[in-house]
Amino acid sequence: MSFIADPVTFIINWLSSVLSGWGIADMWVQFIMFVLGAGILAFGAMIFTIGLIWVERKLGGRVQDRIGPNRVGPWGIFQTIADMLKIFTKELITPTGADSTLFNLAPILAMASVLGLWAVIPLSPTVFGTNIDVGILYLIGVGALGELGIILAGLSSNNKYALVGGFRAVAQLISYEVPFAIALLIPVMFSGSMGLNDIVASQKVAFIFQAPVAALVFFIASIAENGRAPFDLIEADSEIVAGFNIEYSGLKFGMYYVADFLHAFTSAMIFASLFLGGWRGPGAELYPILGFVYLFIKTAAVYLLTVTIRFTVPRLRIDQMMAFNWKYLTPLALATLLVTAIVDKAAPAGQGLIRILLLWAANAALFFVTDRIVTIFRRNREKERKVVSEPRPVPIAVRPLPASESEVNS
Amino acid sequence: MTGMQVIFLISAVVILFSGTMMVSTRKLIQAALWLILTLFGVAVIFALLETSFLAIVQVVVYIGAIAILIVFAIMLTHLAVDDTYQNRKWIVTAVIAMIALAGILLAIFTWPQGATLTAPLPGGQQDIRAIGLALLDPEGYLIPFEISSLLLLAALVGSIYIGLERKGETK
Repeated sequence: MSFIADPVTFIINWLSSVLSGWGIADMWVQFIMFVLGAGILAFGAMIFTIGLIWVERKLGGRVQDRIGPNRVGPWGIFQTIADMLKIFTKELITPTGADSTLFNLAPILAMASVLGLWAVIPLSPTVFGTNIDVGILYLIGVGALGELGIILAGLSSNNKYALVGGFRAVAQLISYEVPFAIALLIPVMFSGSMGLNDIVASQKVAFIFQAPVAALVFFIASIAENGRAPFDLIEADSEIVAGFNIEYSGLKFGMYYVADFLHAFTSAMIFASLFLGGWRGPGAELYPILGFVYLFIKTAAVYLLTVTIRFTVPRLRIDQMMAFNWKYLTPLALATLLVTAIVDKAAPAGQGLIRILLLWAANAALFFVTDRIVTIFRRNREKERKVVSEPRPVPIAVRPLPASESEVNS
Repeated sequence: MTGMQVIFLISAVVILFSGTMMVSTRKLIQAALWLILTLFGVAVIFALLETSFLAIVQVVVYIGAIAILIVFAIMLTHLAVDDTYQNRKWIVTAVIAMIALAGILLAIFTWPQGATLTAPLPGGQQDIRAIGLALLDPEGYLIPFEISSLLLLAALVGSIYIGLERKGETK
């Protein structure tokens, strides 16, 4: 394989042959290559986040009719680097009464869980961390560690706001894991494998065209798992100041910050791999370097969509958030799983267009029926909606302008 | 000594140490975290036996669900910050634990396959298929599987019943 078609494999082969030439045993060569690969992947992901933060702030500014960062460098492109340098110089404060071991462990867990996700995502046909056969379960398991990082931060900070943030995190993240995991089962069902490489490789037609409802459920649940608007109750600034990470300063806060932005991008990447075909595209198998390009384009599209949603919609109330998950998203995910399983058996793979049309019809019917049921159910519930107290009339000053002033103005 | 054996010894030491710390620490929240470390060690042992499915399920179910629920339950009590907590019935607990341990050891030492080396598994998707088929096979583990799912369903219905707000109750 030439260097231009597949540079990463070329470099790996070249480096292992150099190391073998020095007389290092094969086992150790493999070990060194794994350590190097993991280090470069994790480091690269973190460096990449610098760019992500700029993109998100700039786009957020444009969505909200602001300019966004514009002082440091052209178009404010070096703003994040300046922020990063500032955060390095800040003092690390551990509050009195905090459980210092847990307090220091929590940001590491949060960061590690996001970087751990990169281990199983296939970046191109030949470049991937590892192809374990339980990749889907690994995604859920590593996500659970991130939840632990947030809960521990809330618990160990010795701060009421942090504790409330921790409670909200548990309620939200564990709840939204249910539709998240159920929606993950549909790519597994189509491809007959839980490994991410096999799932990507089997998407001759991207799974979003075969299971649009499942893709929608997964997309919403992954926004909630990230804790971003409209599901940003975990760190709702106007209610609980900063939520679980209120007591963190300097680099420890920076770790949560980077983990948050990187998690959003990684979720988009997982969505692109599971439902949009990952690295697949014309010529990707022949020239693996094109796989990076296709994956990046697909991921960027999903990521920009989540960023736009984040800066557009207002925050949900906690009861709305829970009701939306348990009364809408979870039943929809379960129904999708059942219906898709039946259609998948009725029209097995290889039937081409008929199968896709059947799946589309099933998905449309499913979405319509669920929507009707939920709407009827909600109307019945709204009649007996409880109110803590009647809202008091708010005094509004209505004072006609003095005659002289209005004359001057006109 | 191969690399596998080194990893096995390290994870065994971690499991034993964190298990001891779990039952001896006074802070409940720290006990829960030591429990998580113990379960992680067991997941590493599963991974060494090349049953990647069981290793990941160990992390997802025990750490992702059960341990987080335990941490959450502790958060809701005042015991989270109380470091003088002591289980007053520790003698009874210790006796029960010793009997259980003796039973497990007896079962292992009288089991004919306990003395043989483990055979490597075929690996890949075959493991998951084998587990799935065994769970739903009437000759295999169908009855325990169905009984445990009934038990979970009963627990689910029971918890909904307890949590349900009844009409007319003003509380």
